[in-house]
Amino acid sequence: MRIKSPRDFWAGAMFTGFGLFFVAWSFAHYQMGSAVRMGPGYFPAVLGGLLVLLGVGVLLQSMAFSGPKVEAFHFKPLIFVCVSVLAYGYLMQPGGLAVATAAAVIIGAMAGNEFKWKEVLIVALVLVIFSYLVFVKGLTLPFPMCPSFVENCPIR
Amino acid sequence: MDVLDNLILGAQVAFSWQNVLYCLIGVLLGTLIGVLPGIGPVPTIAMLLPITFNLDPIAALIMLSGIYYGSQYGGSTTAILVNLPGEAASVVTVLDGHQMARQGRAGPALAISAIGSFVAGCIATLVIATAAPPLAEVALKFGPAEYFSLMVLGLVAATVLAHGSLVKAIAMVVLGLLLGLAGTDVNSGVLRFTFGVPELADGIGFVIVAMGMFGVTEIVANLEQRSKREVFVGKVTHLFPTKEDLKRSWAPILRGTALGSFLGILPGGGALLSSFASYTVEKKVSKHPEQFGKGAIEGVAGPESANNAGAQTSFIPMLTLGIPGNAVMALMIGALMIQGIAPGPQVMTDKPELFWGLIASMWLGNAMLVVLNLPLIGIWIKLLQVPYRFLFPAILIFMNVGVFSLSNNPWDCLIMSVFGVFGYICVKLECEPAPMILGFILGPLMEENLRRAMLLSRGDPTVFFDPVNKPISFSFLLAALALLVIIALPNIRKKREEVFVEET
Repeated sequence: MRIKSPRDFWAGAMFTGFGLFFVAWSFAHYQMGSAVRMGPGYFPAVLGGLLVLLGVGVLLQSMAFSGPKVEAFHFKPLIFVCVSVLAYGYLMQPGGLAVATAAAVIIGAMAGNEFKWKEVLIVALVLVIFSYLVFVKGLTLPFPMCPSFVENCPIR
Repeated sequence: MDVLDNLILGAQVAFSWQNVLYCLIGVLLGTLIGVLPGIGPVPTIAMLLPITFNLDPIAALIMLSGIYYGSQYGGSTTAILVNLPGEAASVVTVLDGHQMARQGRAGPALAISAIGSFVAGCIATLVIATAAPPLAEVALKFGPAEYFSLMVLGLVAATVLAHGSLVKAIAMVVLGLLLGLAGTDVNSGVLRFTFGVPELADGIGFVIVAMGMFGVTEIVANLEQRSKREVFVGKVTHLFPTKEDLKRSWAPILRGTALGSFLGILPGGGALLSSFASYTVEKKVSKHPEQFGKGAIEGVAGPESANNAGAQTSFIPMLTLGIPGNAVMALMIGALMIQGIAPGPQVMTDKPELFWGLIASMWLGNAMLVVLNLPLIGIWIKLLQVPYRFLFPAILIFMNVGVFSLSNNPWDCLIMSVFGVFGYICVKLECEPAPMILGFILGPLMEENLRRAMLLSRGDPTVFFDPVNKPISFSFLLAALALLVIIALPNIRKKREEVFVEET
């Protein structure tokens, strides 16, 4: 057996893996019950089994029919965008809205093909002001404005 | 006339100055995000969901639905002028719309898409007004078996949407169903697939999954392409279509509307499926199929009408059955629940002002959209000239705000980026995220109805396909099976691939 369609092969492998995991985890940790009174494990186990079947089907397909290769992964934009999202979430509490927004913009902008500090800083400033006016003032979302070490935040 | 009385009631609600204002905000925002590629109605509505808590339920619903159908108008502007779909549902508009723009006929293309959308919007509103009440009456008789079978049909219909392999699309649906089960099991109180993480006890937020798989993935995919966007900068002149244009367009507009109205009602349907179907139909019935892809106005008129009609009639299953047919409708259900309204057939009888007010507001909103999109087109063109390197950080921040404001917990951002990575892998393996999202939404609902039906039938699985005692459930499953067979048939399968190949 040779892999004729790498893209389908990996997709099939992914589905089979997920399916096996859900079946095994359901049997190991949850009660199955019966068809009349289904336990918490019943539905996930059945679906997991179905997913294994489908995954194996895709795997077999990938051996039978030729198909395209998996396109190259571009890790740079992926990593910077994800880190930007994380920076926003994890800097909000200690740093406040301005710090979180600016950090997310700067890190996020590094994902792009062009990076000019001046432009990026202007975009960051605009978005901080916009977020303050629209989300905090206008929509009254409870975001912290000041870094957490400032005890009585003067901005609200 | 009952419908007329109801529509008058609805108009009274929708034309109060407050609701007119929220309708305007909705359609304005909708056009804005429709024009901007890379941000769609899902993240926008998700972002606004927390703040609708402070609004009147009807105002909230009017604004959120305005965003959805407004984005259908805006999406076509980008498709025609930039050769990029501003919205997923305007993918096919790119084919002929942009060609028309290159031939100096951007004006008529924009006008026809707005006129078509408006006609479709008006007719679809009538369809909702006449079709929803009887459907709700039938739905009141639905038991768990019928609901389960209906969801099976919806999920099968969702796989029609997906590109490429049918098996992969079904696998994505099943994976979505499984991921939707994470969290506390309502029947036993057992925590499933939470791995001891307290944040997972309520399950994975649907908004977070949708923003990760669509929003984050979309930005990364846009960035890696490095393609220069060619904006059609020339001044758009001669907005009005010629007599010839109108003559060629009226039939496609009506056909697109009919097709969109029908496909929108199907669970799993909506704007996207409708526009694809309409393009295929127009190409089939046209006397000049060779003009398609080279600036045939029919290829703009049909799909643009269809996607607007589909966007609006997809409200029908949400309003009458409480079943979300697509991601936007799932958010609408979320908005109703925030207001303490349980979605389902009883909404129409318990809160007629909500249901009919929403319908009347759609009419109003469509009229506003024509004004927003035709005379004010210059503003949107200006917006399109903003380079992507300024736009994507802003989109990223808005998505962050939307996700973070759900519970002020950085954990949600973490999950969003995990799903962003997963979505990117799926794109590379050609596994569509849309069917997975639908499965994710319906997973818990399906399990609950399955369990209830099996309990009532004392474990007899024939309860789902008994033609005598459960004719409705039986016909849903039969339709699902027929649909599967039809898609799997080699002939149609090839056709389906052709449609999707053309788009790339």
